[in-house]
Amino acid sequence: MLRDLIVITIQVFALVTALTAVVLSLVWLERKTLARLQRRMGPMVVGPHGLLQPVADALKLLVKEDIIPALADKPLFWLAPLVVFVPSFVIWVTIPFAQSFAVRNMELGLFFIVAFSVLSIVGVVMAGWGSANKYAVLGGLRSAAQLISYEIPIIMVVIAVIMLPHSMNLVTIVEGQRAIPYALLQPLGLVIFLLAGVAEVGRTPFDIYFAESEVMGGPFIEYSGAHWAVFFLAEYVNTFTIAVLAALLFLGGWAFPLMPEATWVGFLGVLVKAYLVVLVIFWFRGTFPRLRIDQLMSFGWKVLIPLSFVNFGLTAAYLFYGLSRWSLALASLFVTAAVAYTIYRRMTWPARATAEQRLAKARAYRRVETTDAR
Amino acid sequence: MSLLPLGEKVRMRGISYPMAIDKQLDSLELMINVGPQHPATHGVFRMVVWIDGERIVDVEPHIGYLHRGTEKLCEGEQYSQIITLFDRLDYVANFNNELVVCMAAEKLMGTEVPERAQYIRTILCELNRIASHMLFYGTFALDAGAMTPVMYAFRERERIQSLFEATSGARLMHNYFRIGGVRQDAPDDFAQRITTLLEPVKETIAEADRLITFNEAFLARTRDVGTIDGNTAVALGLTGPSLRASGVEYDVRRTEPYLLYDRLDFIVPTGDRGDCWDRFWVRIREMEESVRMVEQCLQQMQSGPIMAPTRRIARPPKGEVYAHAENPRGDLGVYLVSSGADRPYRLKVRPPSFCNLMSMKHMMRNAYMADAIMILGSLDIVLGEVDR
Repeated sequence: MLRDLIVITIQVFALVTALTAVVLSLVWLERKTLARLQRRMGPMVVGPHGLLQPVADALKLLVKEDIIPALADKPLFWLAPLVVFVPSFVIWVTIPFAQSFAVRNMELGLFFIVAFSVLSIVGVVMAGWGSANKYAVLGGLRSAAQLISYEIPIIMVVIAVIMLPHSMNLVTIVEGQRAIPYALLQPLGLVIFLLAGVAEVGRTPFDIYFAESEVMGGPFIEYSGAHWAVFFLAEYVNTFTIAVLAALLFLGGWAFPLMPEATWVGFLGVLVKAYLVVLVIFWFRGTFPRLRIDQLMSFGWKVLIPLSFVNFGLTAAYLFYGLSRWSLALASLFVTAAVAYTIYRRMTWPARATAEQRLAKARAYRRVETTDAR
Repeated sequence: MSLLPLGEKVRMRGISYPMAIDKQLDSLELMINVGPQHPATHGVFRMVVWIDGERIVDVEPHIGYLHRGTEKLCEGEQYSQIITLFDRLDYVANFNNELVVCMAAEKLMGTEVPERAQYIRTILCELNRIASHMLFYGTFALDAGAMTPVMYAFRERERIQSLFEATSGARLMHNYFRIGGVRQDAPDDFAQRITTLLEPVKETIAEADRLITFNEAFLARTRDVGTIDGNTAVALGLTGPSLRASGVEYDVRRTEPYLLYDRLDFIVPTGDRGDCWDRFWVRIREMEESVRMVEQCLQQMQSGPIMAPTRRIARPPKGEVYAHAENPRGDLGVYLVSSGADRPYRLKVRPPSFCNLMSMKHMMRNAYMADAIMILGSLDIVLGEVDR
């Protein structure tokens, strides 16, 4: 009994330390990636290539004065960071990094993850309400709407994944991808999972609830010092969770073709895949403008949720009729391409056409005028 | 629920009670203060927004945080000293501002500006238009949430400002145009410098189209947002790119050519819907046209005098004159009353930013909170000019 307790304590501490190290690396990686996209150097002063910059930032945040607004609802204000922070770390108890490398390998692992990740919404809303700030309230309400609507496509996509190996156990799901990763079977699922995941963690182009140019930090506007650091930590841990889940559910986890079967190989494989997904998320941030709240909601409800049901239906048909893998992959790919083309055709294409027409008109006008002058 | 047109509501002690909101719930709309220290107000502009959920019910602009009394100061300064004050109006397009006050005095005095000076002025004004629109491109994308374009835009702006520095000695407050010409001749490698800087500028403009203009998310944010039709735009006194985006082909360079615009071949791009995207698109196309104009000027430019033979202290004859020019933000006008002394009797500025800002309320009708930021950004105001 006591031995178990000690083992678990050590495991949890190791997990929290590892995740904090991951967050520090992510902060550095994000700043460097964005800098590279924007033709800047990024942090260069603290440590070689600014490697120690996140550590310095974290230290700065810890020694900063922690201010509570006079009108704030103090219990809510203090509790909110914890309510956001704890679920995002608890999830990691069941995330495996190799076949036998998890704190607790649960049979209902995915269910546990989905259930706990929803909890952090409460914390964000608490922060928004407790801050006694109008921007924060606006941001908190936005986040509630956004996170709840994007939870549905994630759940649907996860269900479609569960259907393939008939298990909610993450180890079984990864082992089911020995032959072929689910990303190739369900490309649509991967796309939906990534988009909804980015919306879940509130990163660009879905960073509406702390939109800098509108609500200036949203629910976190009044937080400073260590409390803000906790939110920050949770945000990056969530980003990494989405990346690792994408790696485990769709990219084959530690199953790596042409590599020896060893725990450390699998461990590295998952890490590499997760960091690649994280890089894609950072790349989004450097590229896209953010959507508006109503557009975000209609994108969630009118595009992602129907698509996630289509993904579910395709997988169900594949399993029920025992179709070939090719048919599922092709059908999924076709739906993805069709949706992408529809969006292009509805948005970019007419705009390009209008631009061409207008320029032609302006040029024609100029020609008439110059001939008149002569 | 239908929203009433702005203004039709009972207002008590700063809180408005629109009739449209469900009275049984007794819910008031939320008043949000945006600015003067808000990342998206582009300076010290403050607007008070009343929102119902995410919809804007009413908006009230508050200006004057940057009021320096420029018009009154002008009455106490000699004409050559006024030019420095004009630098500080629209501090993003300084050359264009200097030009208008010089044009007003020259018009009153009947001064013929030498051709080379005209060319230098045209080139600098057009380059300044590119620099100003670059700033708009960057900050507008930043308002929309895209953080990368601002870096690219500022790089090009920096190149142009380096040229300004080489020409006038200052990056921002140039004080370079004089009544009757320019202060000193352009540097020897003027043409060569400009040719080398225009190449990356052209590339960045093309990149803007690839990166932002036709981006699906950007289109979703700006298409049909803050629309204003041509007639309303004219009635509200909108000028410049914001007016042309509504389909009105009014460009002072075309309708009343000043400087050397009648010798240049350029088009006036116009929109049709008058939404935020049209305003953005018109400005991007204007940058292309400015590049072409500068190239034409460089081909036509010849050496010669740069200053008309004027007296050291300008004393325009008694009279009144109105001069205006197409600034990056719109139609900047100067109404000058001279009593024959060495300083103006009265000088009135028609600042395009101020007049454009007046249409903000109309555009924000029924908009979302997030749109308010985009609309304000698309008007591209500079507070130095709004408050004077």
